[in-house]
Amino acid sequence: MDFDDEGSNFELKEIQTLSGHTDRVWSLAWNPATGTDDAQPVIASCSGDKTVRIWERSALTRSWDCKAVLEETHTRTVRSCTWSPSGKLLATASFDATTAIWENVGGDFQCVSTLEGHENEVKSVSWNASESLLATCSRDKTVWIWEVMPGNEFECASVLQGHTQDVKMIKWHPTMDILFSCSYDNTIKVWAEDDTGDWHCIQTIGESSNGHSSTVWAISFNAGGDKMVTCRKHLSTLSGYHDRTIFSVHWSREGIIASGAADDAIRFFVESKDSVVDGPSYRLLLKKEKAHDMDVNVVQWSPGENRVMASASDDGTIKIWELATSSN
Amino acid sequence: MVSGLINANPVVYEKKERRQRPASIPDADEYSAEAIDQLEVFDHVRDIKDPEHPYSLEELKVISEDAIEVDDRRSYVSCFRVTFTPTVEHCSMATVIGLCLRVKLMRSLPSRYKVDIRVAPGTHATEAAVNKQLNDKERIAAALENPNLVDMVDECLAPSYA
Repeated sequence: MDFDDEGSNFELKEIQTLSGHTDRVWSLAWNPATGTDDAQPVIASCSGDKTVRIWERSALTRSWDCKAVLEETHTRTVRSCTWSPSGKLLATASFDATTAIWENVGGDFQCVSTLEGHENEVKSVSWNASESLLATCSRDKTVWIWEVMPGNEFECASVLQGHTQDVKMIKWHPTMDILFSCSYDNTIKVWAEDDTGDWHCIQTIGESSNGHSSTVWAISFNAGGDKMVTCRKHLSTLSGYHDRTIFSVHWSREGIIASGAADDAIRFFVESKDSVVDGPSYRLLLKKEKAHDMDVNVVQWSPGENRVMASASDDGTIKIWELATSSN
Repeated sequence: MVSGLINANPVVYEKKERRQRPASIPDADEYSAEAIDQLEVFDHVRDIKDPEHPYSLEELKVISEDAIEVDDRRSYVSCFRVTFTPTVEHCSMATVIGLCLRVKLMRSLPSRYKVDIRVAPGTHATEAAVNKQLNDKERIAAALENPNLVDMVDECLAPSYA
């Protein structure tokens, strides 16, 4: 997709604001099995109010409503939530040191398993592409890999040590069983399994060479899995655009990178045609100032509809957006 | 006797004279056009009690009006930078003091204001580590879910609500 040729101006249209959480919304996830002709889009969101909310867009009215509030399970902030690739299960990671697994049983979400083991706040959870493994990470500096067994059983396969500080986020590669973790220790570690079934750190990506060392908050892969974007105070290769912490970054199928930051703005970047000796360069496509009233904690593209995106904020709301081109 | 304190005999300074301010509405309109200035931010934090001594942060010169700066580089985001000076270089209470500052300002300023908190450069042995913690929103949020820590903070903040 060549954005330089699209010529016209881009604008970020606000479709709807979803209110309901009573504290900051830390994260959200689109159910990957929805957003098609048969299944209306579904989003899960998680908050400092200790709950998870499930939102669904009505086929009739095209308006989003809150379908369920998953409460009285986590006893502290729910920091992140993610659906399994099939969309059948939802994993939620909490400051209460547990990870809960939820299943939609006839319209009712039930907690079918609780993963314990981390010593303190669990910050992130991620399913691998084949849904055979789940990873969690924590302020206790470790990353845990869990095997998904029949009957919603989860067995700890490995406890990965190596980070010297708080691990903020983990993400599986989109196609390979390789795990990436990013940390308060300013590094990203890459973990893979060897022939004997042991997990090791195969690479550590350290602080950037421009001298800026800071916590890595998030990573995202492009559709092909051959590129990764990371965010700290600056986006890798995109420094200078943000000077307040970038909390979230997400690469769309088409190659548009969305970012959400502590300056309340959402930004979009695309690969620039002005190619450089060292590889592709990226340019700012659009900046939406004051996308929210407070920090933007997460941005996620819809898996179904083109150029539809959701964001969530410290202001307690979730917003649904469409990146549209305004006709000239 | 008060043995075991990091700094058993802090220097206590006189408080700065307070400027008379017109009575203000407690819940300021989020979007009121009137900007908040350094002195107002200082007024919110000057009376916070030091965690270890029965003196305010102002009296101990941990915080002063000059140490509060407006960062107006970006028109759409209002930021303050608050610099505080621990009384001793190895003060283990530095993160608690920083946390007190953050919580008080969080509760007192309209939510559109961003606050960066740092230790005055050169005044603390683990300056970078302290600054990093105090400006990591996720770490702060988790810390504030610890009831013991919240109690300690609330005790320090009590005199500053007058």
